[in-house]
Amino acid sequence: MPEATPTKAPNERPAETVIEEGKTVGAPFSSDPKFKLRDVEVFYGDTRAIRNISLDITRNEVIAFIGPSGCGKSTFLRCLNRMNDSIDICRIKGSLQLDGEDIYDPKRDVVELRARVGMVFQKPNPFPKSIYDNVAYGPRIHGLANRKSELDDIVENSLRKAGLWDEAKDRLDAMATSMSGGQQQRLCIARAIAVSPEVVLMDEPCSALDPIATARIEELIAELSESYTIVIVTHSMQQAARVSNRTAYFHLGHLVEVNDTSKVFTMPEHQLTESYITGRFG
Amino acid sequence: MQTTDLLPLVLVLAAVAYGFAYMRSRAVAGPLGGIRNLKALPVYYAARAALWCAIPALIILGVWAAFEGKVIQDMVMASLPAELAPQSEGHASLTLSQISNVAAGKLDSARVPDGITGAATLLQELREKSSQFKTLLVILIAVLGGAFAWTRVAPHINARKSVERTLQRVFFLCAAVAILTTIGIVFSVIFETFRFFGKVPISEFLFGTSWSPQTALRADQVGSDGAFGVIPLFTGTLMISAIALSIAVPVGLLSAVYLSEYASRPVRAVVKPLLEMLAGVPTVVYGFFAALTVAPFIRDLAVAIGLEASSQSALAAGLVMGIMIIPFVSSLSDDVINAVPRTLRDGSLAMGATQSETMKNVIFPAALPGIMGGILLAASRAIGETMIVVMAAGLAANLTANPLDSVTTVTVQIVTLLTGDQEFDSAKTLAAFALGMMLFIVTLLLNVIALKVVRKYREQYD
Repeated sequence: MPEATPTKAPNERPAETVIEEGKTVGAPFSSDPKFKLRDVEVFYGDTRAIRNISLDITRNEVIAFIGPSGCGKSTFLRCLNRMNDSIDICRIKGSLQLDGEDIYDPKRDVVELRARVGMVFQKPNPFPKSIYDNVAYGPRIHGLANRKSELDDIVENSLRKAGLWDEAKDRLDAMATSMSGGQQQRLCIARAIAVSPEVVLMDEPCSALDPIATARIEELIAELSESYTIVIVTHSMQQAARVSNRTAYFHLGHLVEVNDTSKVFTMPEHQLTESYITGRFG
Repeated sequence: MQTTDLLPLVLVLAAVAYGFAYMRSRAVAGPLGGIRNLKALPVYYAARAALWCAIPALIILGVWAAFEGKVIQDMVMASLPAELAPQSEGHASLTLSQISNVAAGKLDSARVPDGITGAATLLQELREKSSQFKTLLVILIAVLGGAFAWTRVAPHINARKSVERTLQRVFFLCAAVAILTTIGIVFSVIFETFRFFGKVPISEFLFGTSWSPQTALRADQVGSDGAFGVIPLFTGTLMISAIALSIAVPVGLLSAVYLSEYASRPVRAVVKPLLEMLAGVPTVVYGFFAALTVAPFIRDLAVAIGLEASSQSALAAGLVMGIMIIPFVSSLSDDVINAVPRTLRDGSLAMGATQSETMKNVIFPAALPGIMGGILLAASRAIGETMIVVMAAGLAANLTANPLDSVTTVTVQIVTLLTGDQEFDSAKTLAAFALGMMLFIVTLLLNVIALKVVRKYREQYD
C-alpha cells in the first residue's frame, strides 16, 4: 500500500508549478475508456465551476477524485449521470461520452443512463421503507424481475455483494431507517447495484461514517471493483490511496493531475498536488 | 378621572420610572467603571422600574373598575327608605334605573318620590368620590412602585432575573387567555345544550329524521309540535363536505405536486400566490358565484340530460366550496413536499426513477402526514362553512342522497335559528346550541383521528 507522503528528497520539487487551463499533467487518457470526457465546463449561473477538463475513465478501474473543498470534484462527478439536471441554473458544455455515446444528447433517456450509472451519496439516504423495498426499488421501476422469486433473488444477491445479507436477512421487513449509519450506507450501495449498473459513482461515501464502518465500505469497494467501474470522491487521501487504481487531483475547477495512485502519492508531478497530499492546504 | 384616562396616565408614569431608573443605573455604574460592573444592563433596571410602576397600579385599577359599580349600587339601594325598598328582583332593577336616570338628569326629579331623589344624589356623590379615590390610589401606587424600584437600582441586585420572570408570567397570561376563552365558549354551549335537552329528548334530537324547528306561541296553535331530528342536517353537511373534498383534494394535491416538482421558479412565483388568493376571496362572493352561476348551470345541465334538479343544489354548493378550499390543500401540501429532504429525491432519481415515480414512491409517502394535516384543515373548513351553503344549497332540510336536491347544513340552521328577534328560552333557539355542540364534537373527533393517523405515519417515515 502506498504511503500518503512523498518519498522524494525535499530538494526535488515537482516540475510543474502553475495551472494552465485545460492542461492536466500525468496520464489523463486511456486506450479503453468507459467515459470519454473532453473540454467539460460547468456553469452555475455565471460562475464557472468546472474549467475545461478532459479525462478518460478506464473500464473497471477505481478512480478517486481528490482536492480541497469547493474544487468541483462532486460537481464533475454528478455530470457523469446527469444529476446536475435538476439544478435549474446549472449548464454543462463539452463532450461527455459513455461507451462512445453522448451523455448529454437531448434525445438520450436519462432513466436508462442512470440505470447504467448508479450513485451512492455522501449521507446515507435510504428511503423510509423496509430494507427489502429499498433494494427492490430499482429492479421494480426498471421491471427487472418477472416474479416475486426473481425479485427475492436480486435482493439477496445485492445484499450479499454489499456485505449486508447476514445482518439483514432476518429483518428484511424492518424499516431501513432503523439501521446504523454504516449499515444504511451499505444498503444504499446494495440498492445501487441491484439494477446491475456498469458504473457506480460514490460521492464521499464514508464521510458520515465511523472508522469501522468506513473500513467495511472500503473492503466492499475493493470487491466491487472486479465487476464495476467505480468513481469515488473522497476527502481522505488515505482512502484514495487504499481503494483506487488512479487518482485525479482537482483544484479550483481545474483538473491538475491524473495518474496511477501510487505515482500521485509518491511522485506527484505538480507542485499543487504535492502541497495538497502533504497537507499544506486542503 | 375616568378609567380610560387613568390607563394612559399609568403608562406615562411607567415611562418616567423607566427613564429615571435608567439614568440612575448609569449614574451608579459610572464610579464603578462602567456598566459591566452592574449585575444587569441598565435597560433591565429600567424595565423593572417600569413594571413595578405599572403592574400593581393596573391591577388596582382593574379590580376597582370591576367592583365599583356593584358596590355603589348596593350602598345606594341600602340607603332607600323602607317603603321604597324593592320586593322583587325586577322591581329592584326598575328602581335602580329610575335612580340612575334621575342622577343623569334624564328624568325630572319632581316626578319621582323623594326617596328616589335622595338616592340619586347619593349615587352621584358616591360616584364622584369613587372616581377621586381611584385616581389618587392608582397614582400613589404607581409612584410608590416606581420609587421602590428606583431605590433598588444597585450594582449587586440582579434586575435581569426578575424582569425575565415577570415577562414569563405575562406570556403565560396571554396563553391562558386563549385557553380560558375556549373553555368559556364550551361551557356556555354545554349549559344551553342541557337546557335544550330538557325540552327535547336527546334520542329524538340524535336519531330523528325530520327537522322542522317550530315551537308554538300558544298551546292551541296548529302544527305546534316542532321536529328536532338532526340527521337530515348532518347528511346535508356530510354530502356537501364530501363533494367539496372530492374536488379540492385531487386538484389541490396535484397542483401542489406540479408546483413543487415540475414548475420552474418563475412559474411557481406567479402561480402559488394566485392559488393562495382563492382562500382570500370572501365566502359571500363565492356564494354569489355558486347561487347565480353554478347552481343554474347545473340545473340546466341536469334538465338537459333528463334529470330533475332544483335550482339550489348540494352539488353547486359543494363544487364551489371545493374550489374555495383548494388552497388549503395545495399550499400546505406544497410546503411539506418541499420539506422532504433533497437526499431522498436524489437517491430515487439516481436509481433511474422518473420524476413521477420518485413522487409516487418516495416523496409522497414521506410527505403524507403533512398532506393529511392539510386535508383535515380543509375538511374542517368545509364542515364549518356557512355562507356558500345558505346561498346555493337552500334551507330545506331534505333527507336525501341526491346531490341535485336542495339540502341544508348544521351551520346554516344555526344561523337561521339565531337571526332575527328570538326568545332565548324556546326549544327553537336552544336547538342552535345543541347543533353547535354536535358540530364541535364532530370536528373534535375529526381532529383526534387526524392526529392519530398523522402520528402513526410519522413513526413509520422518520
